[in-house]
Amino acid sequence: MPNVITANRLTDGVVVYLAADGEWSEQIANARVADTDEETKALETEAENAVRERHVVGVYPMAVALNEGAVDPLSVRERIRAAHRTTLTEDWYDVPL
Amino acid sequence: MYRYDEFDHAFVRERVAEFKDQVERRLSGALTEEEFRPLRLRNGLYLQLHAYMLRIAIPYGVLNSRQLRQLAHIGRKWDRGYGHFTTRQNLQFNWVKLVDIPDVLAALAEVEMHCIQTSGNCVRNVTADPYAAAAVDELEDPRPWCEILRQWSTLHPEFSWLPRKFKIAISGAAEDRAATAFHDIGLRIVKGPKGENGFRVLVGGGMGRIPYVGQEIRSFLPKEHLLSYIESILRVYNLFGRRDNIHKARIKILVNQLGIDTFREAVEADWEATHKTAIDLPEDERHRIMSYFAPPELPERPARDEALAARRESDPAFANWYKHNVLAHRVPGYASIVISLKEPGRTPGDASSETMDLVADLAERFGHDEVRVNYTQNLVLPHVARADIPALYDALVEAGLATGNNELLGDMICCPGLDYCNLANARSIPIAKEIAKRFEDPARQELIGSLRLNMSGCINACGHHHAGNIGILGVDKKGTELYQITLGGSPKDDAAIGTIIGPGFRAEAVPQAIDTIVDTYLENRDEGESFLETWRRVGAAPFKEALYGAG
Repeated sequence: MPNVITANRLTDGVVVYLAADGEWSEQIANARVADTDEETKALETEAENAVRERHVVGVYPMAVALNEGAVDPLSVRERIRAAHRTTLTEDWYDVPL
Repeated sequence: MYRYDEFDHAFVRERVAEFKDQVERRLSGALTEEEFRPLRLRNGLYLQLHAYMLRIAIPYGVLNSRQLRQLAHIGRKWDRGYGHFTTRQNLQFNWVKLVDIPDVLAALAEVEMHCIQTSGNCVRNVTADPYAAAAVDELEDPRPWCEILRQWSTLHPEFSWLPRKFKIAISGAAEDRAATAFHDIGLRIVKGPKGENGFRVLVGGGMGRIPYVGQEIRSFLPKEHLLSYIESILRVYNLFGRRDNIHKARIKILVNQLGIDTFREAVEADWEATHKTAIDLPEDERHRIMSYFAPPELPERPARDEALAARRESDPAFANWYKHNVLAHRVPGYASIVISLKEPGRTPGDASSETMDLVADLAERFGHDEVRVNYTQNLVLPHVARADIPALYDALVEAGLATGNNELLGDMICCPGLDYCNLANARSIPIAKEIAKRFEDPARQELIGSLRLNMSGCINACGHHHAGNIGILGVDKKGTELYQITLGGSPKDDAAIGTIIGPGFRAEAVPQAIDTIVDTYLENRDEGESFLETWRRVGAAPFKEALYGAG
């Protein structure tokens, strides 16, 4: 199953993904996808370095599905994180992203 | 309300400076996340699903307008313009940045507020009846006792690393409006054998994974001994509470494993051996603290206001709001006003910075500068002249805050759930909104009558689902959000834990299930019977049959 690496940015806690260019992106679309266990391990090692360098905290791999090039989280929890707000609730106040 | 003295100011300022240094050390790499985490939690700072969340203590739910305006300002400047009032009478900001936290804490300190002990295994914010010093059925104001406990428990050296968190609630009225039976310690102010006031002490109540109703450890405790007796309870818990299993570490587990009689013997033995005068507060100090809580001067007014009566006659929407959100006051000519944060379409308990500013203005204009936070996630103006109620209502209508659903079905308690919380398994906010939409018609809610519906997005039960007449618990079943329904819970004097009625429902089926439960109640109720009374009389069978079919 394909995986991407997610975390929270240290300075503001915002949800981020390890991107193809080695940076951390708020957009899951930019996430680097690991297709095998070995690739996932390699991304985790890279992410642990980012933890040591104080870019991010709470690193973990998460399962995704690839649908016509789009990276879709499998769990409700990760869909909500990726949306940076709930996926189904529009609120009465305007929540800037 | 309590005002900080020089010691309090210095203490909070020092704490702000200390945490500022800890944040800087985290950002510079001097502290790892493992080292920083317990320090940030001690200051109410969590890392949640989307961002850092800051939990601000509102001692026993009491605010003045200056404090509420400062919360509005913090929301606007450092968050996304809104906060969430919790079932612990606190306020949470959901989107604060770590780098801004020192500034936020400094801004809180300016108005005598902080986040100390809003997390961690310590004594948390002591909660109280939101109608303290205003309710007609009150024996004694619980707030001074909350403040005494707050001062005693703040950084208490023996009780800063308990087996688990510790929650205390106090009610000084005949009716329990603080859910005291669902706290680690619940205190009810009662009359003693000689007519003097003291405490009935409950212990071992709680919700979460394994819910218990608190049991009476003492039917009457002379009030001058509150601190020494509470200290003995905490000492026994601290010594014998489990630290090997987080799910079995709360005092409720210890009380129920030992049995209340054995637990009581251990507490009484410790208390006997305690040098009480070294711990209990001297009388002059008690009186000093109590003097801060003198109720505002409320000049005598006529009990009946003609303009108010005429408005009730002529304006059905006003009359409906008045019926549910205006509560009797101990002083004739006054009332306590509930400002519902449960307008259909809103997230229960959320308030925008604009709402906070408006409520602060209204508190100054009409409410003697006092605001209370109810554990049911509404705001209360405790002291309003009845003659001012129409003008207050008109201001609330303009702001969309005049929903007349206090204690009705629409007045749901709802935790943040999976929309915000790292612990949650399922969303609760969208379900609450769908239910609110379905029961939007005030006439239908009126027909149903008083009904407490509580919802939690996980077994930790921040949404008090165990104590709901109808409770909803979100669980994760193989990646799907599923909602388990309990019936028959009560947070009041007849405290009870709800019974699971059957298999859970998928999210989209929950509103219809609630509708079915309500219809079954309406079909079965005798005249004047509440939901709880009907449930207790007819039992689960008709509800099960309506929800799942016969057999």
